[in-house]
Order: sequence, then C-alpha cells, then structure tokens
Amino acid sequence: MKNLKYLLFGTIFGIILYKAEVISWFRIQEMFHFQALHMYGVIGSAVATGMISILIIKKKNIKTISGEVIEIFQKDYTKGTIIGGAMFGLGWAFTGACPGPLFALVGAGYWPIAIALVSAILGVYLYGILKNKLPQ
Amino acid sequence: MLEFISQPWPWYVAGPLIGLMIPLLLIAGNKPFGVSSSLRHICAAALPTISDYFKYDWKKKTWNLLFIAGIALGGYIGAHFLSNPNAIDISVETKSLLNEWGINDFSEYIPSEIFAWENINASSLILLIGGGLLIGFGTRYANGCTSGHSIYGLAQLSWVSLVATIGFFVGGLIASWIILPLILG
Repeated sequence: MKNLKYLLFGTIFGIILYKAEVISWFRIQEMFHFQALHMYGVIGSAVATGMISILIIKKKNIKTISGEVIEIFQKDYTKGTIIGGAMFGLGWAFTGACPGPLFALVGAGYWPIAIALVSAILGVYLYGILKNKLPQ
Repeated sequence: MLEFISQPWPWYVAGPLIGLMIPLLLIAGNKPFGVSSSLRHICAAALPTISDYFKYDWKKKTWNLLFIAGIALGGYIGAHFLSNPNAIDISVETKSLLNEWGINDFSEYIPSEIFAWENINASSLILLIGGGLLIGFGTRYANGCTSGHSIYGLAQLSWVSLVATIGFFVGGLIASWIILPLILG
C-alpha cells in the first residue's frame, strides 16, 4: 500500500507529458531538426528545476518523509553509455517516443504504439541475452 | 483556470513540473527519477530464466511498475478529459519538411499516414518494431533514457549522463535527417 503513491505520481507525470505534447512524434521531429524551442525548453527547465531541488535537498539536509537520509547515486560510465545511447536515439526518432511517452501514448489510446512498446520489451530481453558479449 | 488546463501547456510550465518529479520521488521514498529500468522489471517479472540479467528481486521495484502504470493512466486521463482542443502547433518549417515525407495530417499526436492501423505498411513496421527494439536495447545498454539521464542525470551534473544525452542526439539526428527521409520520403 505504501507504494500506491507512486501510481499517483506516475499519473501526474503522464498528464504533464500529454498536456505538454512531448509525447508527440511531431514534436520529436521538430526537436531533432532544431525548428522550435519547445522540447529544449521543457528538458532544459526540467533539468534546472531538478538541479535547484537537489541543491536545496543537500544544503538543507532534507530527509525523506520517513526520516531517511536522501541518497543520490550517479550512474557509471561504460562503452554502452554512448553506443546504447545512440541506439536509443535512433529509436526515439523512429517512434517519436522515449520509454515514458510509450506508456502515455498507449494509455491515450494510440494502440499501434503498443507494437513499439512490446518491441521495446523484446529489445530488453535481447540485451539481457547479449549483455556478456557486448563491450562494457 | 479550466481554460488554462484545457490548452496545451507551454514549456515553462511543463518543464519545471517535470523537474519537480525529482525531489518528489526522493522525498517520498528515496526513489530515482527514471522510466526505462521499468522495462527490465517487466522482463524480470515475466520470464526471468532468459538471462542472469533478469534474476533479481523485481518485487523490490514495484514502485517503478506502479509509476509507469500511472504514466499510462495519465495518458488516458489527458486524452479523455483534458485533451488539447486544436492540432499540434508545430513550426511551419517542420510541417513543410513532413509534407515532403507524405505527412499532412497533424490532428493527432502521431502521424496517421504512417501509424494509424489502416495505414500500417512495411515502413510503419520498420519504424515501430525497429524503433521499439532500439529503445529497449539501447536504454538498457546506456543504463537510462531521457528521464534518467537527460533530466535526472544532467540535474546531478553527471558527465556520464551528458555523454549519454549526446549519444541520444547522435542517434536521433542520424534517424531524423538521414534514415527517416529514406524510409518515408
């Protein structure tokens, strides 16, 4: 039950993604062709807000609601950071969606996007199978 | 207020709201903002025997699965109760570029000429299946997607996430400038 709040947070996130049109294939093509500020504004102001929030959490030593120390982990660099990153970039432009928007689009009733979502899950299985053979 | 809610939200409203997901998740329970790891948890829950990569206690990540279920629910609520009244107002340059690719219908979030059921053809399937496979494989290989790297990672000033984000753009630019015109043009 204590996890149920994350359903609510996800719902809020999904509504924002929908209302800001960032789940639209058109917005993604516009972004990759540098033809509007919209997507850069969304991502840039999200990063700035997150950065300030993290600074405040660290400065004021803010705890979680259950009193734990907040832990912020940085991700490690591997060869996959750039290679996998570029692969994901291709898929982002093809489908017009990153993982969050895939779920939001299917929820919004764009059922053909479920083909991309199922393929993404198959892609993760493929990664799991090939992981040890890839440069890391 | 209602009128504001029913209009598309500008970037300076949506961006800060998305950024606030970071402290919300941290303060609510020390959770890192990120979506793509949920795909791994789905695999681990469904068929863990396929690889050691899926042999871990996915139940500890239930929060992440509820989060993505919420995203889908948010998409549903958006489309059914808060839908934007007009077609997406993308730039004139983008419209004329897409016209060259045979896309003229801007009334939905996805281009109906390639992604509506009745228009699905080989090109559509290459984009949906190929794109989906690349999203799943790529985000796991890079250990994150737009939310985990380009938003949460960059907000931490992580150089790893900056490299990942550059990688996202290298792939996206190649796809959008070279491959999509070949497939659709």
